[in-house]
This record gives sequence, structure tokens and C-alpha cells, in this order.
Amino acid sequence: MVVLALVIPLVGSALAFALTSRGARLVVLAAVSAAHVGIVGALWRTPRSSALNGWLGVDSLGLVVLTLVSILFAAVVSYAIGFLREESPRGGRWFAGCLLAFLAATSLVCVSQHLALLWVGMETTTLAIAPLIFHRHDRRSLEAVWKYLVLSSVGIAFALLGVFLLATAQPMAPGSRPLMFGDLLATAHSLDRAWLRAAYVFALTGFGTKMGLAPLHSWKPDTYGEAPSLVSALMSGALTSCAFVGLARFTAIVFAAGLDDFARPLLIAFGLASLVVATAFVIGQSDVKRLLAYSSVEHMGLLVLGLGVGGAGAFGSVLHVLNNGMAKGMLFLAAGNMVMATGSSAAADLRGLRRTRPISAALLLVGLFAVTGSPPFGLFVSEFAIVTGAIREHHIWVAIALLGLLSIIFAGIGGMLLGVVFGERASGDEGNGSAPPESPWLVSGPLALAAIVLLLGVYIPAPLRESLADAARMLGGGVP
Amino acid sequence: MHSLIEPLLLAVVLTTFAVLGTSRVTACVRMLAVQGALLGVLSVAVERHVSPHAVALGAGTVVIKALVLPWFLRWAMREASVRREVEPAIGYMASLLLGAVVVGLSFAVASRLPAVGGEQGTAAGLLVPIALATLLSGFVVLITRSKAITQVVGYLMLENGVYLFGLTLVDRISFLVEVGVLLDVFVAVFIMGIVVFHINREFDSISAANLVELKES
Repeated sequence: MVVLALVIPLVGSALAFALTSRGARLVVLAAVSAAHVGIVGALWRTPRSSALNGWLGVDSLGLVVLTLVSILFAAVVSYAIGFLREESPRGGRWFAGCLLAFLAATSLVCVSQHLALLWVGMETTTLAIAPLIFHRHDRRSLEAVWKYLVLSSVGIAFALLGVFLLATAQPMAPGSRPLMFGDLLATAHSLDRAWLRAAYVFALTGFGTKMGLAPLHSWKPDTYGEAPSLVSALMSGALTSCAFVGLARFTAIVFAAGLDDFARPLLIAFGLASLVVATAFVIGQSDVKRLLAYSSVEHMGLLVLGLGVGGAGAFGSVLHVLNNGMAKGMLFLAAGNMVMATGSSAAADLRGLRRTRPISAALLLVGLFAVTGSPPFGLFVSEFAIVTGAIREHHIWVAIALLGLLSIIFAGIGGMLLGVVFGERASGDEGNGSAPPESPWLVSGPLALAAIVLLLGVYIPAPLRESLADAARMLGGGVP
Repeated sequence: MHSLIEPLLLAVVLTTFAVLGTSRVTACVRMLAVQGALLGVLSVAVERHVSPHAVALGAGTVVIKALVLPWFLRWAMREASVRREVEPAIGYMASLLLGAVVVGLSFAVASRLPAVGGEQGTAAGLLVPIALATLLSGFVVLITRSKAITQVVGYLMLENGVYLFGLTLVDRISFLVEVGVLLDVFVAVFIMGIVVFHINREFDSISAANLVELKES
């Protein structure tokens, strides 16, 4: 069953590259996505399934992120059907094939219990998404994909070195298999601490680059700004969450080995740095997609901060992965609708679109409140847990700084998005009533994501709550 | 075989300095090819008993790192009509000094880490610091060169450093290490090469300094 989650997207990807008709490719895309959601649903019912002699296995953290990936991908696929109809891309063959390869690779990261295999999955996600960023084949997207590849490649190389260093830290004990997550956790106390510290530094840098933590975030605004919105949605929702899985696994091992005093300050430092950078660049931002990119930096900072403070913060982090992934995906898709209507992503050009794109405008408004952590949305719950964790674990100043920065970010994002949603066009030439109504394909995905984010703010289903608590315990924390 | 390790590692360091100090891009690529060949021989030399698997790995490494990738880089240079100067941002003497600092730093850091694989003796003791030095030198090349081609060279050197470090683990974990590294090098550079090629179509020269159009507006 676990293997199916990988094999089906892979086969689909190969099919998509081979088929010549766009309609057939879209059918494959939709079918694989639906099958993947079905498989993930089945995985929730079979506890702890594993395959390939333990190399693949579904634990709580992996299952939560895999669910996020699956749902987000389904929303993006339904959006893609509308998107490809309005904008006919060059190289449509690459589009579906790369998307499915991305799904396979992210699934691999989530279910891989062998850390080198996890790394291979992470590497493959980078490669699979790169052609999609370069979709428009123009100078700006070329620059964006180049920056992305250079920074990501260095990050991936550092992450691999982290994996190697971790393997070096593992003694040649006959009982524990090298680089198996479960074995590493169980034998954490016998790992060599010097090598483990070195491994963690490289892993944090490497996976942090892929997550887009400051100061390794410089690829984010350019990449999210130039890529098609649905690609940005996938990257900010799924790819960064998978990088978080990689980092979380290393963090769990380091915590289990007793290196809390080494790791937690590092995590808190990166988290605060990301929040500060995000705050600074969110104010006065003029481009909607770049604004969302900095919001992504902010939320990655929150994730890492939650891990660093521990306690309820760990629970908050894992819940936040889910909430943030959905909310970001929804925002990018809704913003994408606006961008498609005008061909520009500058906020000044997007004002007044609520007349022709009412649902998307409403979604932007919803997204504003969701992504800044307002109740009743899910992000409020997870951010509250992180702040609670910070206070309870005696990081009062961190909590105060966090609350301060979050309020400034609210003002920054709100300033732009409220202007876009409620503002009027400067030139007043929006009277072309011949603009097509919003295609249902383009709004059903984001609407579903928004509904889920709202639901998670009010009610967390019991199986999900159990998995989140289990993952939090693994990450050195507990339930709030 | 073990007596070969030390001179091979020192030769690797020499190629690193050669890349840092040369002003011609073709020389960079040639030194990288030499480095790749050295790595291939090293991967056989570190094995305690030479197995068919080790020979296959060594041969594969030589083919990819010393033949295929340098050829690919030279092809990209021809297609893009790259000018032969390296265009560094910090000057060759500074680059070489930085390289020396990096080697010193690597030995200092490696001395604080407990010995790896004690059965292999002192020869393997050089492997960790030189792996680190190669990695950091590759990083230096990556960030101090403005031409996209030379940035790819720097990245490949960084990769070689990671690969060298992987050789210390060859006793314990047999194959996934190789797959990971080779996959990474091959495919990442392949795509980078294609991108470099495209860069030439969009710009007049493959200089990464041209890639600064995207800024906060």
C-alpha cells in the first residue's frame, strides 16, 4: 500500500511524458491524484504500515505531511485544468509529467524511513519542480530558476553531507542498521556527539535552504514571484513541508541523543531571523506573489521556532505544517486567478477585481485572516500553541518578540491585500462586462482548501489529533 | 593500495588550488577532470580488499566525473561562445590565499572530530580534512566567480568534497551513498548545463552578473 503511493505517481508521470494528447495527460493527472488521495485515506486506517524491509514506513509525522501533500496536490490539479485552458503553455508535455514526478518524490520524502532515501526524494523534488518554475521561458523566470537551482543544489549538497556525518556518528553496532530512522532514535544515546553536532549543523543549513529559512531564503521571492501560481502553491505548501520533515527527523534524533542545549538555540535563532526578515520585507511590498513568498518565510520561521521552544510548541509546529500548507496553497491559487485576469502581479494592477472575480477576491480576504493567524482559522490554533510553548518553556522574550512581529506582519499583509480586495482601479476601465465568469475549476480547489483551514480552526478530528500528539512527542514536545 | 591514499589526496588538494588560481576556464575544467579521475582511483584505494563492486564504482566515477561532465561543460562553453577568462570577483592571489585558509580551517575542524574507521590507519585520517577542504574550496569558487560556467565548476568541486567524505563510509553502507552522489552530480549538472545554455540565448554572455534584474522594486 505504501509502495503504491510512490509507484502510481511514477507510472503516471511516465505515461504523461509519453502521451501526446493534452486531454489524455490531464486525465492521467486527475486519475493519479484521486488514487493518491484514496491511498492516503487507506493509510490512515492501517496503523504503522511499512514496506521494503522497513526502508519505507508511515509514522505520524510522515502521515500528516503526506495527507497535506495529497490534498494540496488534488486542489492544484483541479486548478490546473482551468489554468491550462486559459493559458496554453509551451511544453505542455513537461507540465503533467513533472507534476506527477513531484508527487512521487514528495511522497517518498514522507514515507522514507532511511535517511539517505529521504535525501534522494528531497533531491528529486528539487529537480522535478525546476522545469515548472521555468514555465514561461522568459528572462525573468530564467533568472528565478537559475537562482533557485544554485541555492537549492548547495543546500542539497549540505544536506547530503549532514546525512554522511550522521552515518559517521552511528557506531558500527551490529544491532542498528545504518541511517534507519527508527534505529537511530532507539540508539540515540550511543551516537557520537561531536559528529552528531556537525551533522546537525549541515542538515539544518541544507534543509533550511530548501525550507527557505532566513538567511537562506533569497531564492523564495524570485521563485514564487516568477513561477506560475499553482507551482508556487505547490512549492510553498508541499515542498517546504517536505523539507521540514527532513529537518524534523534530524531534530528528533538530536533531541533523543540529549543535545537539546545545542540544537534548540540554533532553531530559535533561525526562527527569529526568518520572522524578522519576513517582517522587514512584507512592509511596503508591491507585488502580491512576492508578498506571499515572504509570508512563507515567516511561517517557516514559526515552524522552526516551535521545534526550538519545545513543549506545546512542537505540537503547534506539526499542526502548523498542515495549516500553513493549505492556507498558502489557497492564497497562491486565489492570487493566481487575479494575476491571470490582468497579466500582472503588482498590487496596484489588481485592485477592483472583485467585480469580475468575486470568489477569488473573497478567498484573498479569507486568506489574509487565515495566514496572519486570526481565529477562527486553523493557523490561530497552531500559532497559539507555539506561543504557549514559548511561554511555558521559559522563553518569554521569544514569545514577546513573536507576538510583536506577527502583529506588524498582519499590518503589512493586510495593507496590501485589503487594498487589492476593496480598492478601485485607478483608471476606471473595468467596465468590460464581457470578462468571462470565474471558471469553477479555478475556484473549487482553493475553496476546498479554505474550508479545511477553517475546519481545523474549530475542530481537529481525533485520529489527526492523536497523530499530531505522537509526532510532537517524537520531536521532544508534548500536547498543549 | 593504502600507500596510494596519501599522495592521491595531496594531488586532490593540488587540483583544488589549480582551480582557484587559474585564469582560464578551460584549465578549470581540465583540473576538474583530473580531480574526478583521482577520486575514481581513491574510491578503489580506500577499500580494504578490492572487490568488483569497488572497481565498478571507481570506473563509473572516472567515466562520469573525469570524462562525461567535463565534456559536457566544454560543449556548453562552445555552444555559448564563452570567453576564456574566468572573471573572478576577488582576484587570483586572494583566491589562493582563501584556499590556504580553507585548508587550514578544515584540518583544524577535523582534528576536533574523533577518528573515523580506526582500522584504516593514518592514511584515512587525511580523508576527512581534505574532503572538507575540497568542499569549502568549491564553495569559495562558487561564490567568488561571476561566470555561470565557473560557478558550475565550483559546485562540482563542492560535490567532490561530499563524495570524498562519503568514501569514509564505504565499509559500512555500500550502495546508496554512491547512487545519491552520482545521481546528484549527474542530473543537477545536466540541468544546470541546460540552463546555462539557455542563459546564453537570453543574454550575450554567460555571466551571472547579468542575472540581477530581479530585485526588490
